[in-house]
Amino acid sequence: MEIDLFSVITEWLPYLLGGVVVTVGLVASALIIGACLGLPMAIGQVYGSRPVKYVIGLYVWFFRGLPVLVLLFMFYFTIFPLLDPNIDAFVVGAVVLGLRGAAYQSQIFRGAIQSISEGQMTAARSLGMSRVMAIRTIIIPQAVRIALPGWSNEYPNILTDSAICYAIGVAELLTRTSQIVAQTYITMPIYLLCALMFILLNLAGMRVIAYLEKRVAIPGFSGGSHTGIV
Amino acid sequence: MSFEAAPFIDFCINTLFPALADGLLITVLLVLITAPFGLAFGVLLAVGRVYGKSYSHWFCRLFVGFVKGCPLMLLLFILYFGLPTIPYVGITLDAFTASVIGFICCNSAYNSEYVRGAILSVKEGQLVAASALGMTKRQAIMYIVLPQALRRAIPGLSNEFIYLIKYSSLAYMITLVELTGAGKLVFSKYFEPGVFFVVGIVYLALITVTTVGANALEKKYAVPGTQKR
Repeated sequence: MEIDLFSVITEWLPYLLGGVVVTVGLVASALIIGACLGLPMAIGQVYGSRPVKYVIGLYVWFFRGLPVLVLLFMFYFTIFPLLDPNIDAFVVGAVVLGLRGAAYQSQIFRGAIQSISEGQMTAARSLGMSRVMAIRTIIIPQAVRIALPGWSNEYPNILTDSAICYAIGVAELLTRTSQIVAQTYITMPIYLLCALMFILLNLAGMRVIAYLEKRVAIPGFSGGSHTGIV
Repeated sequence: MSFEAAPFIDFCINTLFPALADGLLITVLLVLITAPFGLAFGVLLAVGRVYGKSYSHWFCRLFVGFVKGCPLMLLLFILYFGLPTIPYVGITLDAFTASVIGFICCNSAYNSEYVRGAILSVKEGQLVAASALGMTKRQAIMYIVLPQALRRAIPGLSNEFIYLIKYSSLAYMITLVELTGAGKLVFSKYFEPGVFFVVGIVYLALITVTTVGANALEKKYAVPGTQKR
C-alpha cells in the first residue's frame, strides 16, 4: 500500500481541526450549563428546605449513576424527540454533558460551601444581612474560589466524555477521526493524531484554568490548602 | 407518542428482560475481570511513580498521562481497529479482549492516582524507620507503606470501580453487546421509547448496590487510628 501519509494528513487536517472546534464548543457549552445549574443546586442542597434537598439529591443520584452513553441514547432517542423531532445531535450532546456536569459540579460547589465555617453566616446575619444577601455576597465569592481546583478537574473529564458523543453522531473530533479512517484506510497514524489533539486540548485547557485561578485569587486567601479559612 | 403500561410490561417480560440479562452478564464479566488487574497495575504504576528510578518513573508518568488525556473510546478504537493494521506485528483482538485491555489501562491509570496520593500521605519517617530496622526498601514498601496506603485509597478506588461499571458501556462502541448495547439493539428493532429507562434502572441498581458494598468495605478495613482525620 503506497500512500503518502504526509499528503493525506495535510489534506484532511482542516477537517480534523473543524472537529477540534466542535469538541471545544461541546465542552465549553457543557461546562457553562453545568456551572449555571450546578451552583444553584449546591446552594439548594446546603440551604434549601427538605423537599428541595431531596429533589436535588435525586437528580444527582440519577445523573451520576448512569453511563454517559445511556444518557445520550436516552435523551437522543427518547426524550428530545418528544420536544422536537429534528433536534441537532450537537444540542443533545451539549445538554446531556451539561446536565451530567451539573450533577458533578453541584457536589464540588457543595463541598466548597460547606467548607466555609457557619460562623460567617451568623456574623453576616448579625450585621443585618438577609440570608440571600449573605449567600450572595459572603458565601458565594469564597465558595467559587475554593471550588476552582476541584472544578478544574471537571474540564478533562468532560473533554474525554465529549468523545462519547460519537455514538449519536455529533461531528466532533473522534467522529471525524473515524470518518477519515474509513475514507483513507490509514488507521494508526490518524488515531494517534487524534489522541495527540485530545492531549493537547487537555493541556491547553488546564493552562487556561490555571491562569483563571491565578486571576481570581485574592492575595492571602486560598492557595492550595483551604484549612486557613475560618 | 402514546404510552400504555400493559403492553410495555409484556414487552419487557418477553423481549427486553431476556436481552438485558445477557447484556448484564457481559457487563458484570467485563467489570469483574478488569477490576483485579486494574487494581494490581494501578498499585504498580503508583509505586513506580513515587519510588521508581528515572526510567520506570517516566514510563509510569507517560502511561498515566496518555491514558488520562485521551478518551477511553479512542483507546478502545486503537486496540480494536488500530492494532490489526500495524504492518508485520498486526495483533487482532476480539471485542471482549480489546475492551478488557482498554478498561484495565484506564482503570489502572486512574487507580494509580488515588494510590499515589495515599502513598504520599504516609509519612516519610516510616520508611526511614523501616530501613533503620534493617528492612530493604522493597520490604518497607510492601509491609509498611502499602498496607496503610491501600486502606486510605479505598474510597477513591471504590469510586473508580463505580466509574468502571459505567464506562464498561463503551464496549458497545467496539461491537461488544453488553448491557447498554443489548438495550440499544432492542430499541433499534422495536422503537420502544421506555427501553433506555429500563437500562438506566439496571445501571442505577448496580451502582447503588456497589456504593453500599464499598461503604461497608471502607468501614471494615479502616484501622482505628490510621484515618487522616
